[in-house]
Amino acid sequence: MKEIKLIDIKQDILKENRESAEEIRKRLRKAKTFMINIMASPGAGKTSLISRTIAKLGPKRRIAVLEGDIESSIDSRRISQQGVEAIQIRTGGFCHLDAWMIDKALQELDLSMLDIILIENVGNLVCPAEADTGAFKNVVILSVPEGDDKPFKYPLAFKVSDITLINKIDYPDFAEFDLKSIRERIHLLNPSALVLPISCRDGSGIDEWTAWLDGAITAFLQ
Amino acid sequence: MHELGVTKKILAVVLERARENSVRKVLAVRLCIGELSDLEDAWLQHYFDHLSQNTVAEGAVIKVTRIPVQLQCARCGDLFQIDIRRESTVRCPECGADDLSLVSGNEYSIEDMEVI
Repeated sequence: MKEIKLIDIKQDILKENRESAEEIRKRLRKAKTFMINIMASPGAGKTSLISRTIAKLGPKRRIAVLEGDIESSIDSRRISQQGVEAIQIRTGGFCHLDAWMIDKALQELDLSMLDIILIENVGNLVCPAEADTGAFKNVVILSVPEGDDKPFKYPLAFKVSDITLINKIDYPDFAEFDLKSIRERIHLLNPSALVLPISCRDGSGIDEWTAWLDGAITAFLQ
Repeated sequence: MHELGVTKKILAVVLERARENSVRKVLAVRLCIGELSDLEDAWLQHYFDHLSQNTVAEGAVIKVTRIPVQLQCARCGDLFQIDIRRESTVRCPECGADDLSLVSGNEYSIEDMEVI
């Protein structure tokens, strides 16, 4: 009978992805291009937020968008109409964007001509949270109709995000939305995270959001 | 789909270590996954069985150790576990403070493997 041996591995499964993400950040720092990763469920308002952001910051900052989409290219067409370069990343059924996919997409952009890259991650709250994209900041959007229990069901997405945007606050359900417990929960997962209520439809909170983003870019450039 | 990508990475590490150690057969692979992750054990095994065919890792059992979410109170230092998906308001069970920090639950690693 052969003896069973135990081989110690102790290796982080996501190590390789994290290393690629670090490489991306290094390159972006050199080019002075800020990148931010936007995560949310389908329909929470990722594309609308990007449109609002372009309208607000577009006159001041040069923007490009990386669109993660399982198959279609509807979102990138919507963004291109605003005169901003949009690179479509078809994941072919894969549920999130990883550093390798971002790296490939970045090769199609002239970083020296860009101030901000917005990543629209694939619509779900599970997998995008696990893979570092190489972005400097992460944003998660939670829309009011989804319910206030999402930070309980998908804690990781809220843990890795620097800011949580509560979108669709113009929706009637907002009256029963427990913002206080959401803030407490997010604070528990990430003590320095911000929670900001917004509406991409009527524009409430958009100024605060773009001011936060603009501040993050200014800090990055220093 | 998520588990498939993760499984590929796990298998690559396992096969590399197996080669380095001149392993004849991998019997089991032990992972440590924090409760914050949504990884499903059954899918991991299913994909691993499929991907590891005709390798030294074929037939290996994936053993997942779940690491509970553990919090520490900033005021009194108490260390306690919670079910992060169930409990709504979390307070320190000792002193009632709400200034808490996450100590564990975010793990995502391959610990070791049993081989012959």
